[in-house]
Amino acid sequence: MMQWLYKLGSPRHFYEMTTGFLPWLAGATFLLLGIGLVWGLGFAPPDYQMGDNFRIIYIHVPTATGAIWIYAMMAAMAAMHLVWNLKVADMVAKSCGIVGTSFCAIALFTGAFWGKPTWGTYWIWDAKLTSFLILLFVYIGVMALRSAFDSETSASKAASVLTLVGVVNLPIIYYAAVWWNTLHQGPSVLGDRDASANPPEIWIPAFFSGFGLIGLLFLIVILHTRNEILYRERRAQWVQELLTREPIHA
Amino acid sequence: MHPARQQRVMIVASILVGSALAIGLLLYAFNEGLNVFFTPTEIAEGKVRPEQNIRIGGMVKVGSLRKEGLEGTRIEFVATDTNKDIPVVYTGVLPDLFREGQGVVAEGRLDADGVFQASTILAKHDENYMSAEVKAALEAAKARQAGNGLPPAAEGVSP
Repeated sequence: MMQWLYKLGSPRHFYEMTTGFLPWLAGATFLLLGIGLVWGLGFAPPDYQMGDNFRIIYIHVPTATGAIWIYAMMAAMAAMHLVWNLKVADMVAKSCGIVGTSFCAIALFTGAFWGKPTWGTYWIWDAKLTSFLILLFVYIGVMALRSAFDSETSASKAASVLTLVGVVNLPIIYYAAVWWNTLHQGPSVLGDRDASANPPEIWIPAFFSGFGLIGLLFLIVILHTRNEILYRERRAQWVQELLTREPIHA
Repeated sequence: MHPARQQRVMIVASILVGSALAIGLLLYAFNEGLNVFFTPTEIAEGKVRPEQNIRIGGMVKVGSLRKEGLEGTRIEFVATDTNKDIPVVYTGVLPDLFREGQGVVAEGRLDADGVFQASTILAKHDENYMSAEVKAALEAAKARQAGNGLPPAAEGVSP
């Protein structure tokens, strides 16, 4: 296990080990996402109050949850980079930042368009929405800080430290609706209360779209990390060999 | 562990603890200021001055909704948190989800008579989603139970 992790920490091994794994991940991702979205957006029964508007949760909930968890992953990578000086960890963290920002933005937009017909407003400055908006700003801040340095070493150190500071926001987002009163509802509970609310025909498509989006997240993170590896290791012999051996299609 | 690494672990840990402590104290200082609305109980406790612009939140009391005026655009209802009630008056368009027994957040001010003059009404949705069939079956089951003289199942309504 330790050796496997150690190997994954080397850019070259990360690149080689993900090569064979990628098509499987991509296949599973698009299958899950396809089933989840077609089922959720097309066939799941409309909610008794919100009608078809509620279908937006099949995108909103996984992207919002995803944005929080990618941040946690980015922070774990940042800590590993700071402690063990792992280059790959920093590259994964950089990739996480890009996907996380997009997920965050998607969650905010879908939430706003759900909020207008449901609540009667696109936006309210409640604790849940505000802390989530701060998450987007932290994501953008980490990216901006990273690109503000000329030296790659200083850039990744600074970005890692800021990432760790931002971790404190995660429990605040998650528990905002519990700690304070907010317009945003709390997290849904499945299989609770004699199963009358959130029945299987509503949450099973969410399960598919959720795992599909998690797959998509990992797919983009891995693809971006591979590009980052090729770029940062461009002077290494194995990259040179790889690029000359494989025909490049324009 | 290598001493240099150990030191770096300490740095990472202190960043986490330090920022958590700073933000935690900040949130503790803000405390109730971060709530997006006042509950009827808090208003009864006198936490709000009359004519102050605030939001109140609660449930639209069942049986309290009255529509008046042209096309029923002037509405009156009672917002409740099951402990205290507060009468609300509003003129304007309501969100689709506004109905009796549902959560509501109203923006406006409390007048001298203790009536909340709302300028905006927002509907609060809970964390439960169901299809129309499930809802109908649930209502039917509740009606049957009520007919048998049994207490209806407690429905979890988030305040």
